[in-house]
Amino acid sequence: MKAPMKWLKDYVDIDVSAKEYADLMTLSGSKTEGVEKLYSEVKNVVTGKILKISNHPNADKLVVCKVDVGDEILQIVTGADNISEGDFVPVALAGASLPGGMKIKKGKLRGETSNGMLCSLGELGLTKYDYPHAIEDGIFILDKEYKLGVNILDALDLRDEVVEYEITSNRADCFSIRGLALESAVTLGKEYKDVQINVKEEANERTEKYIKVNVEEKELCPKYSARICKDIKIEPSPEWMRKRLKACGVRPINNIVDITNYVMLEFGQPMHAFDIEYIEGNCINVRLAEENDIFTTLDDEERKLNNNNLVIADEKKAIALAGVMGGANSEINNDTKMIVFESANFNASSVRKTAKQVGLRTESSSRFDKDLDVNYVIPALNRACQLVEELNAGTVLKGIVESEGKDEKRNIIEFNPKDINDFLGTDISKEFMEKTLTALKFEIRKDEVVVPTFRKDVVGFQDLAEEIARFYDYNNIEPTLLKGKETTVGRKNRKQEIRDIIRQVMTAEGFYESYTFSFGSPKIYEKLMIDKEDAVVIRNPLGEDYSIMRTTTYNEMLESLSVNYNRSIEEAMLFELSNVYKPIENSDLPKEIERLTIGGYGEIDFYSIKGAVTELFNSLGIINYDFDPIEEKGMHPGRTAKISINNEKVGVIGQIHPEVSENYEVKRETFVGYINIKSLVENAQLEPEYEILPKFPSVNRDIAVVIDKKILAKEIEKVIRNNAGQFLEKVELFDVYEGDQLDDDKKSIAYSLFFRAKDKTLNEEEINKDMDIIIDKLKKELGATLR
Amino acid sequence: MKDKLQEIKKEATKRLNEATVLNEIEKIRVNFLGKKGEVTAVLRNMGKLSKEERPIVGQLANKIRQEIEKSIKEKKAVLEKEIEKKKIQAEKIDVTLPGKKRGLGKVHPITKTLEDIEKVFLGMGYLIAEGPEVEYDEYNFEALNIPKDHPARDDQDTFYVNDNIVLRTHTSPVQIRVMKETKPPIKIICPGRVYRSDTVDATHSPIFHQVEGLVVDENVTMGDLIGTLKEFAKGVFGEDTKIRLRPHHFPFTEPSAEVDVSCWNCHGKGCRVCKNEGWVEILGAGMVHPKVLESAGIDSSKYSGFAFGLGVERITMGKYNIDDMRHLFENDIRFLKQF
Repeated sequence: MKAPMKWLKDYVDIDVSAKEYADLMTLSGSKTEGVEKLYSEVKNVVTGKILKISNHPNADKLVVCKVDVGDEILQIVTGADNISEGDFVPVALAGASLPGGMKIKKGKLRGETSNGMLCSLGELGLTKYDYPHAIEDGIFILDKEYKLGVNILDALDLRDEVVEYEITSNRADCFSIRGLALESAVTLGKEYKDVQINVKEEANERTEKYIKVNVEEKELCPKYSARICKDIKIEPSPEWMRKRLKACGVRPINNIVDITNYVMLEFGQPMHAFDIEYIEGNCINVRLAEENDIFTTLDDEERKLNNNNLVIADEKKAIALAGVMGGANSEINNDTKMIVFESANFNASSVRKTAKQVGLRTESSSRFDKDLDVNYVIPALNRACQLVEELNAGTVLKGIVESEGKDEKRNIIEFNPKDINDFLGTDISKEFMEKTLTALKFEIRKDEVVVPTFRKDVVGFQDLAEEIARFYDYNNIEPTLLKGKETTVGRKNRKQEIRDIIRQVMTAEGFYESYTFSFGSPKIYEKLMIDKEDAVVIRNPLGEDYSIMRTTTYNEMLESLSVNYNRSIEEAMLFELSNVYKPIENSDLPKEIERLTIGGYGEIDFYSIKGAVTELFNSLGIINYDFDPIEEKGMHPGRTAKISINNEKVGVIGQIHPEVSENYEVKRETFVGYINIKSLVENAQLEPEYEILPKFPSVNRDIAVVIDKKILAKEIEKVIRNNAGQFLEKVELFDVYEGDQLDDDKKSIAYSLFFRAKDKTLNEEEINKDMDIIIDKLKKELGATLR
Repeated sequence: MKDKLQEIKKEATKRLNEATVLNEIEKIRVNFLGKKGEVTAVLRNMGKLSKEERPIVGQLANKIRQEIEKSIKEKKAVLEKEIEKKKIQAEKIDVTLPGKKRGLGKVHPITKTLEDIEKVFLGMGYLIAEGPEVEYDEYNFEALNIPKDHPARDDQDTFYVNDNIVLRTHTSPVQIRVMKETKPPIKIICPGRVYRSDTVDATHSPIFHQVEGLVVDENVTMGDLIGTLKEFAKGVFGEDTKIRLRPHHFPFTEPSAEVDVSCWNCHGKGCRVCKNEGWVEILGAGMVHPKVLESAGIDSSKYSGFAFGLGVERITMGKYNIDDMRHLFENDIRFLKQF
């Protein structure tokens, strides 16, 4: 909502600068978003009088003018053809600047000196709506004589400052100059001077003679009122009104339309004017539209209606879309002689739905949808008629035709200053409370506060507390810390602690944490070469690419790797903690499964990722984990492992199938993996178990065997462990060799075995015995030969 | 013989003085003290001496032997020391060459901000509560005093799964869930991912993160809210940070406020970060609306509470002067490395 300072000052004496005023208003709860100085880009433009016009010696289309600008006479060359000697015009002097950054300099035009520029409307940031007597493609000829050499902004009284307000949905009353003026008065501690409404009703006829009102939908239209004016002379509204409308961002049109807009801005009550000539049957019906009725609104757009849309209709047809926009069929035009003013209250929700459905959000609908006070209706109607009289635009008929509306109920709230102070943590005096509430037009009755109908948002004592606190200034409330009876302990729960450990380990392992979007495209399954999954579908997505809640995190991980790869970054290792979303049958909310996702390319291989995961398990005290070969769609068939803890699958790591890497334009071996957080939470052993340090030395034996390539290291280790006897403490792989010295289907694999007894130093024989068994079993079970 | 011994000693001393390497010393030892050495030879020829002379020469020979041994030992020590010194000198390295790095990764700046915020509130006795991102419309809106037709719903541009299920637009539904399940005193913060139907650009993202806080207890005052936010601001933005409250409207709190902190970049003087205001808006807060308490089953005549909420991305971007929100979700290593 734009509020011009000059207009506000009609209601309240604002004696601080616009900037200070805006800051004070923000701190009392009317949020301002800036102050615009009107026409501030127009500099050094003055009033001038054209004394003489002569032909340009070198150009047919130019003329040379002698222009009196008060203290001197300038020669100015112009191409305009709408000027005459004796005209008063705006003159941009050398050094002037104009909207859009244009600067005026002395110069020569086709050889003739030109010491300035005669300005058009547009060059000053004006339009023909601001000065209807002027034309747009020519010099702006002023409508009367002005003192010469006076700054044009002063001569035309164009200077003003406009404060832009953000109006919250609870404050329909502040969607008006009057409402903001009342807030201003209380903020500044000044008197609020309301407008005096007085209609003379000079016509002899009565309104009822021409119109009757019938409201079919009383719920949707709690109040409808109308007045009639005759002998209408359609003309531009006066300059002062046009300026105010423009400052508020409303285009002036003609006196009658301008009056409806002016009253809307002043009272916050949208109004409409119909040309009575087009109202058939002398009646106004407020009813629902016919299904599929086509209605042309004032902006000449055809709107398809349905039977939930409230319309204003005459005997035969709709003439306005209630609370949204009038119809082209009953529009005020230059020949209009008699008008009906409508001032009504419409149901907020109904207006919002209609506006949304027809895709038309207007100044009117955005006020109605905030739930306006029914008690605005009659004063606004009278105010419009008063303006018709003041502007000599016509004569007002006697009486108002109105529907039987119910009156707004005034909220009554118990007034207990102690409760309010206890709630705020303050010690505000009862006098301050009463003074503030009274100034806001609340009525204090002993132990009760009666709320004015335009403040429907105030219903409980908390609301009263807010009214008082915002004028006391929130920042004057003394900061305290909670003084509850029970203490609370702040700590992370197990899952949150585990997330911290995951982050520590993964970053220590060289991975960077990534954040990605959790919705994506249904096309990713194809891109990832995996089976399509059921997903949670967003009904109103930002586009297909963001339309399903993800069921896998690989797509975003690969996108991130791709970003890095395509920016020529040598290596990228990422991890992410985030959810996948799986719809479950017979449940309305999906299952949100949190995962650790890892991914990378660069100087890494499968074992880098596996190593990181193993470190993670170690840090979480998880022992019983396994990595086993697995074939998964979209993954490299020979380089993918299932991760399990206690024989339950908890995740996968591996190399992305090269074709999939290609789909993401990463032309290197790319590794990804995921682990479900839930299983980590279930299996983590966060309290370490201490084991007494050994008292006796360990004995180390190395063993190297040649064995079939297909046999997994895990199987070899299993044979060693199963047959090593009680003393084997540790098995460490130290070499794997495949190559020239071996058959093609063989590999050599070497382990260090560590033996230790708790209670003695082991002797050679004991170990030799164990080693013999191990070697024997490796031969028999796996066909291994000693190397 | 005595003369001979004195000569041997002189010779030995001379050669020792001239020696520069260890094996020379060894040679000297063999030459003089070895089995075939000169001192040994003298001792061997002792038989030729008279009875009287023998002990005198013997004594002298032993003395000289000891002296030579001592000199050898000393010289050896000197040489060894020199060698060690040379060796150490040779080990000199260029300490200005780059260090060997294991290459640590880093947490995301959003996580960093979240951790900063969590630390402050954990320290003040808050728990961290979490809840689903795909949420009931009822918890996301209705329980928060935003009925189906409320104009505030227009502001929040919500993603819907169906009429009853939304992608949560704030983490407030977690507050509702906690209030339904827990008896006061409640002191929680609710960090999490939220969704609003904004197109991606430099300052908007349809997915972002919030931290909301909720306290419900007997006699909780607005002064408590302000005191808490002050501590929060100091903890996250630095000890000298001030806060400013501006009255505002939220359906779920009453009174409501928007809260600014004094600019961390210019400390209130005015700069690019605060658009010359000296203040940066970072959160919304207020006293929990009685309807919200009631809809979560809490007696609003007995208990009161406060709540606040803030956008993690906005704080992160402000704090580190990040120019474009898209960087936060792109995961360019060169970006992530900097935090």
